[in-house]
Amino acid sequence: MAGDAFGGVKRAVLEVQEYLRLIGRIARGLVTRPVYVRDTIEQFDAIGVGSLMVTILTGLFTGMVLALQSGMTLDRFGVRQTVGSLVSASMVKELGPVLTALIVAGRVGSGIAAELGSMMVTDQIAALRALGTDPVRKLVIPRVLAGTLMLPVLTALSVAVGIFGGAIISALELNVPSTVYWNSVVSGLYIQDIWMGLIKPVVLGFVITTVACHVGLRARGGTQGVGRATTTSVVVGSIGVLGMDFLLTKMLITLMY
Amino acid sequence: MANQTLAASDGPMAINGETPVIAFDGVSLAFDDKVVLNNVSFALLPGRMKICLGASGAGKSTILRLILGLLRPDAGAVWVHGRRVDQLSEAELMPVRADLGMVFQEGALFDSLTVRENVGYRLFEETRQSIEEIDVRVREVLGFVGLTEFGERMPSEISGGQRRRVAIARALTARPKTLLYDEPTTGLDPITALTIDAEIIKLRDLEQVSSIIVTHQLRDAFYVATHRAVRAGDRVDFEAVPAAEAHETEFIMLRDGGIGFEGTAAELRASTDPYLRAFLS
Repeated sequence: MAGDAFGGVKRAVLEVQEYLRLIGRIARGLVTRPVYVRDTIEQFDAIGVGSLMVTILTGLFTGMVLALQSGMTLDRFGVRQTVGSLVSASMVKELGPVLTALIVAGRVGSGIAAELGSMMVTDQIAALRALGTDPVRKLVIPRVLAGTLMLPVLTALSVAVGIFGGAIISALELNVPSTVYWNSVVSGLYIQDIWMGLIKPVVLGFVITTVACHVGLRARGGTQGVGRATTTSVVVGSIGVLGMDFLLTKMLITLMY
Repeated sequence: MANQTLAASDGPMAINGETPVIAFDGVSLAFDDKVVLNNVSFALLPGRMKICLGASGAGKSTILRLILGLLRPDAGAVWVHGRRVDQLSEAELMPVRADLGMVFQEGALFDSLTVRENVGYRLFEETRQSIEEIDVRVREVLGFVGLTEFGERMPSEISGGQRRRVAIARALTARPKTLLYDEPTTGLDPITALTIDAEIIKLRDLEQVSSIIVTHQLRDAFYVATHRAVRAGDRVDFEAVPAAEAHETEFIMLRDGGIGFEGTAAELRASTDPYLRAFLS
């Protein structure tokens, strides 16, 4: 039993060590040649454009349900007209970045882990290296760049659509006039909130894609191994998103507010 | 030649006046508690071939991965084309790998690329050659393996034997000095396997490419070791290797982490070692 526990700890430490080594290689790859521009553009398209619809729908429904729920609560205090502030602050600071990141962890993270995992178990990664290509530069960096830079864009869109969804519910269900809602949206936001809403997805995008790439490149054992890698990527990516969100929130509140 | 020092500190020692293209000098490697290679030494001379036999898990494929620098030994030195690859960084390994071609087990073709893109991969991605120049070379090597018309197919659209031939073509594209084959005929029907054997022989005899084959397909191993390719006008004929040239292709038998036998096909057949007899039967 103790041996199993020791083995588990040893494996966990090894995974962390390998993850940090991967991040080191990504950092070196970002500032040295060669750069695979075509692969990077393809990943921006696959991760960014490919995730557009799902993140927009997530934002829309989240904003709408947020307006519905908070409208009822705000009614109790007789401040229903401030629903815009609540929707905008919640969406910009928390729900937009986190929910978009979770959706991307599910859609993109699993895809990356499955793709790299399949390449790993079929020796395609070894073939890449044998053909003189560094898999980190060719496969990992384009995905990490795309995830890190596209997640803020997706989050911004998701938040914008969410606030718009809140406006629809406020007008149709809560009978809050449109001008009151939009004034409340603006007055409820501070510049620090916007920064928080932009910084978070950058870090979360990096976490999702690096975890997915790490898990994919560590896949072993045929199709079963690929399945395990995919599941692990989503689970670890999602937990990583929530944990990192907490740490970032604490840090940014301390630094900016 | 097993367990014998084959290299000095500055490179592999010359054998009969020739410097080996690949030399293992006292190489050992273990995965956790399992010792895969234990003090293994051998050398491959230019234009020659080594056929590496052994039971599953004996470390045959590991030897190829050590040569490519995909794995590093726990002890010993691995020399490839005069560079000690076990001490090179990933970036330093790239030019060494440029002179090596590897045919992976099952081919390991990139399944999202066409046959043409697979074959020309190294030239497309790692050189500044024009597309036209690359296409000429791709057609040339696809012609060599008899698959010129398959360039636009995806790997999933061709047979297992054709995939292996594409893998050989891919390994050839950048004109490597040495080719490494990992189980090139495993899982193929005898006729297709013979086609692959013929390609391997042609590369050794007509292109003078040094090579190491890892296999447990004895029929193919002996066919490759005992036949040679000769040009007859536009045709390529295959005939028995004369006794004087038999030493150009040697067998290595891996056993218990070390080299249990090293010699020609005739010597292997004549061996009275019970393990070898059992393996060959």
